[in-house]
Amino acid sequence: MKKNPLHIIKADRKAERFVLPQVIRNGDAYTKLSILIMGAANLCRGQIVKGLIFLAIEISFIYYMIVTGITSLVNMTTLGTQTQGWVYDETLGIDVLTQGDNSMLLLLFGVVSIVVIILFILAWRANLKSALEVQSLKEQGKKVPGFIDDIKAYFDSKLNRTLLTLPMIGILAFTVLPLIYMILVAFTNYDNAHQPPGNLFTWIGLENFKTILGSGGTISKTFWPILGWTITWAVFATGLNYIGGILLALLINQKGIKCKALWRTIFVMSIAIPAFVSLLVIRTMLQPEGAVNVLLKQLGLISKSIPFLTSATGAKITVILVNLWIGIPYTMLITSGILMNIPADLYEAARVDGASVRKMFTKITMPYVFFVTTPYLITQFIGNINNFNVIYLLTKGEPSTLAYYQAGKTDLLVTWLYKLTVNSKDYCYASAIGIIVFIISAVFSLIAYRRTSSYNNEEEFQ
Amino acid sequence: MKKQKSMSKNKKIKNILSYVILIILSIIWLLPVFWVIMTSFRAETGSYTPYFFPKGFTLNNYLKLLTETHQFYFAKWFGNTLFVAVCSCIISTFFVLSVSYVMSRMRFKLRKPLMNVAMILGMFPAFMSMIAVYYILKGIGITQSLIALIMVYSGGAGLMFFIAKGFFDTLSRALDEAAYLDGATKFQVFTKITLPLSKPIIVYTVLTSFLTPWVDFVFASVIMGDNYNNYTVALGLFKMLEREFINDYYTQFAAGCVLISIPIAALFISMQKYYVEGISGGAVKG
Repeated sequence: MKKNPLHIIKADRKAERFVLPQVIRNGDAYTKLSILIMGAANLCRGQIVKGLIFLAIEISFIYYMIVTGITSLVNMTTLGTQTQGWVYDETLGIDVLTQGDNSMLLLLFGVVSIVVIILFILAWRANLKSALEVQSLKEQGKKVPGFIDDIKAYFDSKLNRTLLTLPMIGILAFTVLPLIYMILVAFTNYDNAHQPPGNLFTWIGLENFKTILGSGGTISKTFWPILGWTITWAVFATGLNYIGGILLALLINQKGIKCKALWRTIFVMSIAIPAFVSLLVIRTMLQPEGAVNVLLKQLGLISKSIPFLTSATGAKITVILVNLWIGIPYTMLITSGILMNIPADLYEAARVDGASVRKMFTKITMPYVFFVTTPYLITQFIGNINNFNVIYLLTKGEPSTLAYYQAGKTDLLVTWLYKLTVNSKDYCYASAIGIIVFIISAVFSLIAYRRTSSYNNEEEFQ
Repeated sequence: MKKQKSMSKNKKIKNILSYVILIILSIIWLLPVFWVIMTSFRAETGSYTPYFFPKGFTLNNYLKLLTETHQFYFAKWFGNTLFVAVCSCIISTFFVLSVSYVMSRMRFKLRKPLMNVAMILGMFPAFMSMIAVYYILKGIGITQSLIALIMVYSGGAGLMFFIAKGFFDTLSRALDEAAYLDGATKFQVFTKITLPLSKPIIVYTVLTSFLTPWVDFVFASVIMGDNYNNYTVALGLFKMLEREFINDYYTQFAAGCVLISIPIAALFISMQKYYVEGISGGAVKG
């Protein structure tokens, strides 16, 4: 794709985007034949294997479209019309259970067909490009590369395609395809009352978003408080971890402190132990009869159990505090290296000018660390909006409340999404929430990234 | 002279204060660790005890955990997890290194668009596509199997290339150029020059992808459902805390936690340096 042998095309780079007009303008008979019969140009000019591969792609695509593709696409527009149920069979004279349409599968097959069509169009374009390439080589009287040469090119100048193929297939199958499917589900009524195969679901446009954002029903009365708590949580979790981590790093890296590695290792334990283990353990420790309350009682500090996880406010404070347990060492690890790399002459100059320790901290250390770690801070913030583990393992979103739909007081949007998917099977709301979370993440990262000094004046600290 | 003395005294107070803070923090940080180890040796069963220190100690919890097979088959889960971890780690590492090398060293028309798409895909919550993945696996007919888990853990790994790409970006290109002059192909440069120089990032990638199956329980629970035989360790331990099991299995749960955490924590602490390099390198580049 990088090299374009036709000199005419080189003059007109804009046209490169559209292959078809080029073929029509500049192609000879063989090349034009490739529009209809893929690989024709390659076959006629001696690139037998390549031509056959193109041809095979076209034949299998046509076969696929005839056998399932076209019906899949048509079905996708209705998502099924025949509900499963008892239908009177005249010949038998009794009611017979008929297999209705399965909206879920119809939608899935439809998405697969769309992906197949897109892949085919890409292959078809590659076929035209290849046809133009062979034609120009022939015109210039050069040798047309054989199949072996092609293979060699795929380990040299076209290595990117070779290396990317398998990973891309994986991403397509396990990330892109499911994601397209779920995004489409957000525009259907695939909730717990419309579960295939027993029931059909169908397209309802933006209804789900209206329900979630502002119908006045339980769902929107759940959404807004949860959104508020998600943002509060993300701000506190990110900010406190960040400040705490830097302070801890400064504390350990002081000149007078010995055994720095030992201290660091102690704190790193909380990252090294798998989060699900430590969080589950902490959850049991913080129960009303759990170890912490027992210990405090035995020490005589309290007489009644502290409701760490059982009252709404208590649970919210607890999750933020426990998150510090995991998060502070994380920031400490990251910032330790950065702190040691701050040019010593900056401090030297400040000391000569008689700056106080506090002043040096706010004017040199913080701006420097902040500058270097801004991208990290943004990813942390978005990570906290999506922080499933801490909330779900610690509180499961509880304490639960009847005012919310399928959610508890400490649920974040993502844990609510998880509960809607796994517990109540309201896939359409879950998907709509997923899209909303995506929009929030995207907006925050765009705004934050554009405002930071590392974006605006990259040179300042380099 | 007097001033110097007071300064060193000041410093001493400051040092002592710092140590006191560090010790208090360390106690807080190590308390859960200490407690779970203690509980794993506790002789009395049951989930909650009305006292902090156990009355008796025993090794039975470990023995029971490793030998019991009817309800919770921990030894088999361990084998399952190890198998899944090794397979998905090989595939993921291959994917991640390929993609990040291509994105760092090669220039082609789709490079920027692909990187942007990867970033956008990363902003969707991971659990959103969970149920669709499940139905796709069901469509192929491999739910509740270990293969399905391997595919889920490694399938999308190609998207996690940002950190490794950051590392490749820092490697000097002079060597590559020299090799090209000697007639090496790009593939040879990748395998013979870049990869041998990239030990830290390879270790990091191997480590992170090896650990995923040990700590994930969400995808595992969706895919495995009630097929206890194919559970992974994380999922099994999570199950032990459910209401009907917690009273009988709490001390065994603690033992399982200790058994799992020791190797993982040891791996992590020994690889800490690479981990930090990977994260902060990637973070600084953005």
